[in-house]
Amino acid sequence: MPIKISNNRFKDIVHSNLQDQFMRSSMSGAQDGLRLSRLKIINELGDWEEWRSHGEEIRKHVLENLDYYLNELSDNVEKLGGYVYFAETAEEANRYIEDVARKKKAKKVVKSKSMVTEEIGLNKHLEAIGIEVVETDLAEVILQMDNNDPPSHIITPALHKSKEDIRKIFMEKLNYTKTSDPTELARHVRETKRDDFFTADIGITGCNFAIAESGSVGIVTNEGNDRLTTTIPKTQITVMGMERIVPTFEEFEVLVTLLIRSAIGQNITSYVSVLSGPKRMEDVDGPEEFHLVIVDNGRSKILGTEFQSILHCIRCAACINVCPVYRHIGGQAYNSIYPGPIGIVLSPLLGGYDDFKDLPYASSLCGACSQACPVKIPLHQLIHKQRQVLVEELDEVPIQEEVLYKTFGLGGASNVLYTTSTKMISSLMKTFIKDKKYISKGFGPIKEWTSNRDFPIPKSERFRDWFENRERRIKE
Amino acid sequence: MIQQRESFLNNIAKALGRDVNMANKPELKWQYNPQSSTLINLSKNELLQLFKSQCNTIHTNYVVSKVADLKNELKHRVELNGGGPVSLWKDERFAEFGLQSLIEEEWPALNVAVNEWNPDIGAANLTQAKRSNVGITFSDMTLAETGTVVLFSNSGKGRSVSILPKTYIALIPQSTIVPRMTQAAQFISQKVKNGEAMPACINFISGPSNSADIEMNPIIGVHGPIKATYIIISDR
Repeated sequence: MPIKISNNRFKDIVHSNLQDQFMRSSMSGAQDGLRLSRLKIINELGDWEEWRSHGEEIRKHVLENLDYYLNELSDNVEKLGGYVYFAETAEEANRYIEDVARKKKAKKVVKSKSMVTEEIGLNKHLEAIGIEVVETDLAEVILQMDNNDPPSHIITPALHKSKEDIRKIFMEKLNYTKTSDPTELARHVRETKRDDFFTADIGITGCNFAIAESGSVGIVTNEGNDRLTTTIPKTQITVMGMERIVPTFEEFEVLVTLLIRSAIGQNITSYVSVLSGPKRMEDVDGPEEFHLVIVDNGRSKILGTEFQSILHCIRCAACINVCPVYRHIGGQAYNSIYPGPIGIVLSPLLGGYDDFKDLPYASSLCGACSQACPVKIPLHQLIHKQRQVLVEELDEVPIQEEVLYKTFGLGGASNVLYTTSTKMISSLMKTFIKDKKYISKGFGPIKEWTSNRDFPIPKSERFRDWFENRERRIKE
Repeated sequence: MIQQRESFLNNIAKALGRDVNMANKPELKWQYNPQSSTLINLSKNELLQLFKSQCNTIHTNYVVSKVADLKNELKHRVELNGGGPVSLWKDERFAEFGLQSLIEEEWPALNVAVNEWNPDIGAANLTQAKRSNVGITFSDMTLAETGTVVLFSNSGKGRSVSILPKTYIALIPQSTIVPRMTQAAQFISQKVKNGEAMPACINFISGPSNSADIEMNPIIGVHGPIKATYIIISDR
């Protein structure tokens, strides 16, 4: 399952990540920086709420009319001389790309960063048939060189790695001999990867938004590797999730405005490229052949359900950048290529509840993600719905939790039992109190909590007693 | 060629609880329209000031020049960036703005190699652009809000000129400056609606390439140009 990034248990990865001080400080530092930049830049734009509302209505309209716009897009790509393949599954998408590669007798492909190709496991598929796959986005280069380490963030996938880690990786894999200065490291990637664009047979990209009216694909990047990927190799393959589409250039512009500001806290990236089919006959550079692969891979099963609005997502990661849980456990803990609040909702829907049933509980339901989302996806409500699905439809309740709630139900239904048990709690807890300040090793329902942090000691006076005493004091 | 469309779209329509719609264009009736009022009241001079202020944010040098001074300014800027070889578009605007003698006489006399994009030599253009130190293009549209130049590719206007050389210089007639991407999108969309041919590539470029992928440190220059300079031509 390519969405899932390891066979480790959620609990185990969380426990291990909480010990990783560099990763935790890196996540919190990035969150703070990106959040502040984002707030500044959205204030500069003016009425951000109106922009968000417009983004929401565009995404809603597109999803409701997705069949029309995909039909229009594919017609227009064909008119420009491009090929369009509709892939219902990851396997179909990979097989089509493999067929194109075989027809082209391809030995090497260069790639610019793309989540959907991660989702379908394209690299592994191509490598298995002997094709060299060269990632070119700086973070993706780092991860690929580090034995295909999984990403920890949608926008900055190598956020969990220090520059010393990166230097070591480059020394081992890219014959690097200089310091851990980020500019020197990046220059080395520039020098070592430049020829790959010229020797690759195929360039593969993702797609931020396709534009139905013109049959175009729009790609937003900072590094310029997408431009080289789509300019130099003779064949271009663009892979897009079926929902990443807008009706016209005018909606494209609005979503690009929302995407860039929300993702990196700037009002623009260095490059926004709009590519329409293969190069024209009289053009010199650009691909001679253009293929657009439109991927469903479980998305149509989300349409028409209470989770439909998750398909409005424009992959900006603003929700990740404000999530208090992500801040502590890091992206890889979600065990999915989609981390954070968006990953909590999307991963079980695309990858199945068996693999991701723990994720809906990796949220405080504070609502910060919903507030940050530039297209107003009610993320925390969808996370809550995921919990409802787990409990009510899939009966996926941990046995301890089931026993606990049944016990609570019994106790709560009887005045005598409730009074007796709540009076006993304070005395029972004394055994676990450390230095009379907090509980560091809990049991039962607080065991999981105290395995990662301390629990405040319960007050010796129950709330009901405190309330009655207070009433009495007031009367006196 | 389009493959597997029918069943794919049928799945979507079925999930949406209706028959597939491939014929009836949905009406675009938006309740919100914030972009239409953003920055539209700025004067020509205010747009220029906004554009200049944005250049600082995107790590791009800028200079304002009159047409009469443009040749010397461009020559100077190329020297400041380490000289040639120079790659540039085959674009009539170089002659219109009085740069022909620099390209055809002065630079060759100074041993600055000039590679004008030439459709007749095909892929050799890319090799030349790859070897070039400076790439020079005009801007087709310019966005004040973000410091963006918009380039429409065609046979003489290769995409490689603005991405392969180490330094990128954009020549920007002030008349091409509009408030923001909204105006460019409206212009392009109107062309599409009129049935006009689309360029195979439209690039919105805002400064040199960059990254923050290593510990969130800003790095200028990754795969594309390491330096960028805008020369704003004030009287055209």
